[in-house]
Amino acid sequence: MLSIFLILLTSLFFSGIILRTKSIASGRKGPGIMQPVKDVIRLFKKGSIYSETTSVIFRIAPVIYFSSVLMACLVIPIGPYKGFISFDGDFIFFAYVLALGKFFSIIAAMDTGSSFEGMGASREALYSMFAEPAFFILIGSLALLTGDTSFYKIFSTLHLGSSITYMIAGLAAFVLLMISMIENSRMPVDDPKTHLELTMVHEVMILDNSGFDLGLILLAGFLKFAMYGAIIADFFLGALTYEWAIPLFFAIQVLFAIIVGLIESFMARFRMSHNAQFILALSSVSFLIFLGVLLVLEKFV
Amino acid sequence: MINILIAILLVAIIAILCVNTKVQGIIAVSAVLVISFITGFIAFKALLGSSYEVLFSGTIMFGKVLVSIDALSAWFILTINFTFITGVLYGFNYMKHYREQKSEITLHCIAFIIAHFSLIGICSVQNGFILLLFWELMAISMFLLVIFEHHKPETIKAGINYLVQSHISIVFLVLGFIYVAFKTGSYSFDAISEFSGKQSTLAGTALFLCFFIGFAIKAGFVPFHTWLPYAHPAAPSHISGIMSGVVIKIGIYGILRMLLLIKTDYTTIGFIILFMSIFTGLYGVMLATVQHNLKKLLAYHSIENIGIIGMGIGIGCIGLGETNKWMAILGFTGALLHTLNHSLFKSLLFYSSGNVYQSALTMNIERLGGLIKRMPHTAVLFLIAAIAICGLPPLNGFISEFLILGGIYNWLFSAGLISLITIVFSLVGLILIGGLAILCFTKAFSIVFLGNPREHAAKEIHERGFWQLLPMYMTVTFMIIIGLFPSVFIDVLQKPVNLFTHHIVFNMNLIKVGSIDSLQIINWLFAGFILFVIVLIGIRKYFSKKKTIETGPTWGCAYGPTDSRLQYTASSFVKSYSKLAKPLLDIEKKGTEIEEVFPAGKHFETESYDKIERIFIDKPLKLINKITDLFLFLQNGHLQRYIIYGIIFITAVICIPLIAEKIGLLLHFLNNL
Repeated sequence: MLSIFLILLTSLFFSGIILRTKSIASGRKGPGIMQPVKDVIRLFKKGSIYSETTSVIFRIAPVIYFSSVLMACLVIPIGPYKGFISFDGDFIFFAYVLALGKFFSIIAAMDTGSSFEGMGASREALYSMFAEPAFFILIGSLALLTGDTSFYKIFSTLHLGSSITYMIAGLAAFVLLMISMIENSRMPVDDPKTHLELTMVHEVMILDNSGFDLGLILLAGFLKFAMYGAIIADFFLGALTYEWAIPLFFAIQVLFAIIVGLIESFMARFRMSHNAQFILALSSVSFLIFLGVLLVLEKFV
Repeated sequence: MINILIAILLVAIIAILCVNTKVQGIIAVSAVLVISFITGFIAFKALLGSSYEVLFSGTIMFGKVLVSIDALSAWFILTINFTFITGVLYGFNYMKHYREQKSEITLHCIAFIIAHFSLIGICSVQNGFILLLFWELMAISMFLLVIFEHHKPETIKAGINYLVQSHISIVFLVLGFIYVAFKTGSYSFDAISEFSGKQSTLAGTALFLCFFIGFAIKAGFVPFHTWLPYAHPAAPSHISGIMSGVVIKIGIYGILRMLLLIKTDYTTIGFIILFMSIFTGLYGVMLATVQHNLKKLLAYHSIENIGIIGMGIGIGCIGLGETNKWMAILGFTGALLHTLNHSLFKSLLFYSSGNVYQSALTMNIERLGGLIKRMPHTAVLFLIAAIAICGLPPLNGFISEFLILGGIYNWLFSAGLISLITIVFSLVGLILIGGLAILCFTKAFSIVFLGNPREHAAKEIHERGFWQLLPMYMTVTFMIIIGLFPSVFIDVLQKPVNLFTHHIVFNMNLIKVGSIDSLQIINWLFAGFILFVIVLIGIRKYFSKKKTIETGPTWGCAYGPTDSRLQYTASSFVKSYSKLAKPLLDIEKKGTEIEEVFPAGKHFETESYDKIERIFIDKPLKLINKITDLFLFLQNGHLQRYIIYGIIFITAVICIPLIAEKIGLLLHFLNNL
């Protein structure tokens, strides 16, 4: 229960910190940390407009998208504390339920009949497909390392002992960071600030959403960030009790948000045509982690 | 019991020959229903524990015939029966359009019942000779079903392609059965089991591979798949559904049966099956993604799903070999459950595509669009099946993929180095298959059903009638039941799985992923998910009560509705993918580039072809044609010369042995000298 509460709490200010970092880095005053959430509340109060082309798919998709992210959050633990629920193989459930949300957001974008949104949908489908293997190999390596197969058990038995395990944890954090950037359509693969529809991925998919639906989609984005932040934090929380775990959790989340903000301030987006290769290359980093684990376990005779 | 079945079969066939077209359909439906209920009852009892066995005395030619329905046969018979019931109900309504083609309908009805009967026969006989007879019966009856629209040249071509490849499959099976019969003098399955027990591992593996290739052609494993993408689109939709749903699964049944019979090195076989399946799955879905013909797309997806089932079998086998209990159990359970699941959602997808075909009269998805408004039922059914085939929760596809993934993750804990690398390959394979399936089905669903109509705006498109939708709703209900209560089915599946595992002493008994408990938790999560979605919709309704909800044209950054043909097309949706996969695919571009300042009408078209087919089928065929062309001069149309050939042949038949004898004598004489 603790974890879902913390993730929800983090999601409220996470995007705000990213925006704030970006504004400071570019020398602007920038909005307050709670501004994104205020935007969402404003959207909830608004009416909405639907395209005549769209069908029931378009109306149901934001709800399913949001629910899928929330369901995925349920299995994330915090340090030694279980998530809302934990079972063997919950990471499979985690990945697949997120994929369900993505499926609906893709077909909802196609439902509008606009070429721009089709373009975004096509890219989203391709990128998320290529990001999945990296995640599964990563969790597989951790499962092999710890001998357990649920998020909660993996993270509570993950001990960072020798120097090689630090390398593994560093690489794993990097892979998860990149996966979360891809899943949230952030900088190296997608630029949320761009004003050209041809170069958008996620932003262009939700062009036709408005009011409550748009609010839900934005909220789901915040949640997703906080969720991946929580997984990254779990690498470092170990078996700390809550008086240490909770402050450290927030510290890592804030650091994560600042890193995202800095990446977005100082990096340029990759060329669209190179994105797929980049994402697929993440799998090879995951594979490196896997080999590292084999090294630790002395599987190479 | 068997007498009754044969009697029903004969009575139904004779009755169909005597009555008019409308009654023929009713007879076919009732015959299939009666056969299904009788065999289903026996199979159900077998699945619960009391297997059914009858021994026939047989003849000198093929020995005693054992008809036995054990748990494995029972699972397949039940799967076959369900798909045939929905198939015949759907087909009954689907074929109403073709009532004028009286003789074709008659043949179609008869072939349908025979196909059903022969499939059940294959699942229940324990004698190679009789199995081959049933196999042939199935091949021919399916051929007759496929070529219903035989006036189209491509249909007849696809049908003959299917028939030829079916017989190549039979060649391998005959080879296997006759080899064993030659060595042991018996066609019965027990003889195979006994015979393989005495052989070296290498010989056992070779025997298994011989059977495996025979069954793999039927199942559609790459590179033996090339008949499949032609036969499915050519057949009427209910036949495509049945073919993809159960006929290719009979190949899977064969492979599983041979695994039970042939005692050999499970690990090697497992690795062979696993690698072949990963390749099959990836290749199938990679080609499916670039197809523009809806039925051909679905056909390639059948290949992909055979790959997933094969992965389950491979992992199960390796689990047996490495004595990792839960890996074996999860692998086989996943494979068997996916067999059922695939038969459900794939037949549903084919039925939906049949509805689309009858309404829009085309299968080219680039010409469709916006059908959800005209055909809401078909669209929703297609969507549910698409979600299921992508392996997404909360439907049945997720359960079987979860089990197979569970098998792979359980393997982690007993694996050596090579196995560990294989695990990574299998994981990447299965996940990429899932991801590409999402890419492919978001494409198929959204291009066909969403957006604006692309070409057929003026045409009247209607939803199909209640009776045509009913079998589809039956299938979807079953799918949802499996999705929400998987533990019931997994419990039932332990009987057939036990056939594989009961004689193995397992070293690794710890279950890591995929226990029944975790599936029960997933049930609750699914229920919670659905509940949460409903609650959220309620909240949205409450929030927007006093707000204005408007409708308007698509905004799309003010680059709004221009021409519906400017919408994103299927090719553009997968453009970035096909660019990436270009070296592996074979995409042909037709059309001209725009060069002038004021271009006139231009035409551009891409078509994908199967690279493996080009290498393994087309090239050898060309070579054979070249060689046979050398003898073309013999066929010159002069009757006199043909008579001369006959005389030369007869003379040769008589003279050659005589001359050979003389030469032998001469050699003998020379040797003595």
